Amino acid sequence: MTGTNAPTPRLRAEDLTLSYDRRTVATHLGVDIPDHSFTVIIGPNACGKSTLLKALARMLKPSEGQVYLDGAAIASYRSREVARRLGLLPQSSTAPGGITVGDLVARGRYPHQGLLKQWSAEDEAAVVEAMRQTGVLELADRPVDDLSGGQRQRVWLSMVLAQQTSILLLDEPTTFLDIAHQVEVLDLCAELHARKGHTVVAVLHDLNQACRYATHLIVMRPGGTVAAVGDPATVMTAELVEDVFGLPCRIIDDPETGTPLMVPAAPRRHEPQDGDGSTSVAGTVMAETR
Amino acid sequence: MSDVRKADVSTAKSSPDSGRGPAHRPRVVSGTVLRTRGGALSVRFQGRTVAVTAALLTVLVAVMLTTLTTGDFELTVGEVLQAVFGNGSGGADFIVNTLRMPRLLTALCVGAALAVSGAILTSLTGNALGSPDIIGFTNGSAVGALVVIIVLHGSMTQIALGALIGGLATAAAVYLLMLGRGLQGFRLIVIGIGVSALLLAVNSYLITRATFQEALEAQAWLIGSLGNRGWQHANAILLAVAVLLPPAFYFSRRLSMVEMGDITAMALGVNVARTRAVLLLISVALAAFATAVTGPIWFIALAAPQLARRLTRSSGPALLPAAVMGALLLAASDLAAQRLFSPALLPVGTATGTIGGLYLIWLLITESRKSRA
Repeated sequence: MTGTNAPTPRLRAEDLTLSYDRRTVATHLGVDIPDHSFTVIIGPNACGKSTLLKALARMLKPSEGQVYLDGAAIASYRSREVARRLGLLPQSSTAPGGITVGDLVARGRYPHQGLLKQWSAEDEAAVVEAMRQTGVLELADRPVDDLSGGQRQRVWLSMVLAQQTSILLLDEPTTFLDIAHQVEVLDLCAELHARKGHTVVAVLHDLNQACRYATHLIVMRPGGTVAAVGDPATVMTAELVEDVFGLPCRIIDDPETGTPLMVPAAPRRHEPQDGDGSTSVAGTVMAETR
Repeated sequence: MSDVRKADVSTAKSSPDSGRGPAHRPRVVSGTVLRTRGGALSVRFQGRTVAVTAALLTVLVAVMLTTLTTGDFELTVGEVLQAVFGNGSGGADFIVNTLRMPRLLTALCVGAALAVSGAILTSLTGNALGSPDIIGFTNGSAVGALVVIIVLHGSMTQIALGALIGGLATAAAVYLLMLGRGLQGFRLIVIGIGVSALLLAVNSYLITRATFQEALEAQAWLIGSLGNRGWQHANAILLAVAVLLPPAFYFSRRLSMVEMGDITAMALGVNVARTRAVLLLISVALAAFATAVTGPIWFIALAAPQLARRLTRSSGPALLPAAVMGALLLAASDLAAQRLFSPALLPVGTATGTIGGLYLIWLLITESRKSRA
C-alpha cells in the first residue's frame, strides 16, 4: 500500500456523534490520525476512547458525521476492502476451541482470500513473517488454549499483523497482562511503527506508557470531547491531568526516556516541600486510580 | 525479506507432492495445501476432515445398500442397481423405486437438513444446546401441523405447509423475544426452552379438543416417522436441500470467522450482520422443511454436528461432515427401527428420541461441569 502523501491524513474522523443504543457517548468529535504516527488515545473511564476507536475501524456506525479512510467515507467501502487497509485488535476475541496458533494467525489472511484462493504463497509468507515478528513462530503447532495470557495476546497481535495493513488500531492491547508483558507488547508496537512506518493507533490506560510510546497523543475528557492533541512532551501538563482526570499530580521527566512522567500527588497531609518527593517516585507510579 | 522469500520457494516446491510428509518446510498451518503453478488457484483442506467424511460416506453407502436389499423381500445388489437404472423386473422395480428408495432418500435429506440446521444454529449461538429441537422451532412446526390436522382437516401437503409456517413463525417469535440482543449466550437457550414448553402445552390442548380419529392422526405425526413416505415427500425435501445446502456450505467459512466474536470477524472483513441473517434463515428453513416432511425427529440436529466436530477435531462448524453424519444417523436409525423390531412397525422418532434423551443428559452434565470449572 503506497501512502499517497496528500495533505489530509489517511484516517480521520469528522464531526462524529457516537451512541450506543440511545446513550450518546460523544458529539461533534473530530480527530486526525497523522500518517506514520504512533497515536495513543487516553482519557478517563467511559470517556468514549474505545468507542472512538471502534468508529475509526467502522465497527460502530456514527449517528452523525463521517470517518474518512484514504479520502473516501469508510462506510462506502466493502467490509473486505476496509480489512485490507486497516487492522483492528479488539479488546477481546474468542479463539475457536482446539485451534492451533498457526491456524488462528492464518485467519488474519481472510480479507485476502477467496473461494478458489484459499492459501496462496503470499498468505504463507505473511503468516510466517507476522509470527516471527511477535515471536510466536515456535508455537505454531500448539493449541491456543494452552498458552499463557501474554503469549495469547501476541498471537492475536500476529493475526492482525498477518492482515498486512499499514494502519493498525489496538483497543487496550495491554489489559489482562502483567507489567513485563505490557512493556513487551508496547515495545513490539513501537518497533512496527519505527521499522515499517506503520500508523499505529492504540487506546491505553496508563498515562506514562502513553507518553513513553506515543508520537501523537489524543486526550479525551468525559463526555467524549477532545481535551488536547499533540506531542506528549507539550500536551502532558499537570493542569491537563487535573482537568481531565480530576487528579492532582506532578509531571517530571522519565529518567529512562526523558518523556513526561505523571506522578499522582500524595494525599494532602502537608504541603510538599522540595526534596522529599523525587526519590520515592519511581515505585508509586500508577495511572488512573479513580 | 530474504527469509520470507526462501520460505516462499520451499512451499511452492513442496506443494505438488500432497503426500503426508510435512517434510522440510516449517509447518505453520495445519492441513494440506494444493496450488497451481502460477498460484492463481489454491486449496487448503484438513486431511482428517476428508478422511472422516470419506469413512462416514462409506458407512452410509453400506447402510443404503442394506436398506435397499433387505426386508420382507430380499434383493441382490445387482437387482437393486438394475431397478434404479430403470431395467429391473416388475417386482424389484416396485419394491426399490416405489417403496424403499423414496423412504431412504427422505431419510438422507431430512437427516442432512436437520444436522446442518443444528450445526449452523449451535455455531451462531455459541452453545451446544442451541439446536432447533431444543429452542422450540420443532415444537412450533408441530403446532402448525396439529392446527392443520385438527382444526382445518387438511391434506398431507397442507400439514407439511402448516409445519413449515409454524416453524418459521416460532423462529421469528424467539428472535423478537430476544429484543435485539443478538443470538449469543444463554438467554436464547432459556427463552427457546420457555417457548418450547409453551408450544408443547398448546399441542396438548389441541389434542384434547380433537376427535379420536384426529388425535390418532396427530399422534402419528407427532412421533416423527419415515413410514409411507413416497416420492412427493422425497422430492420436496430433495428440492429444499438442493436449494439450501449450497449457500450454507458457501457461508461456512464466514461462520467459522463469526465464531471468534462479532468485532473480530468484522475487523477481518466479514459482513457479520448479513452472514448471521442469511445463515439463520437457512437454518430455520432447513429445520422447518425437514419437520414438515417427517414430523418432529429429535436428536439429529443436536447430536450430528457435535459428533462430526468431535470426529474431525475441526476448529470450525464442519458443515459437510455434519450433513453426512446426520444422513447416516437417520438412515441407520430408520433401518434399525424397521428391521430390529421387524413385525412391529417402530417409527424412527422413537429410536432417535430414546438415544437423544440419553445424549442430552450427558451433554447437560458436561456443559454444567464446564461452566462450573
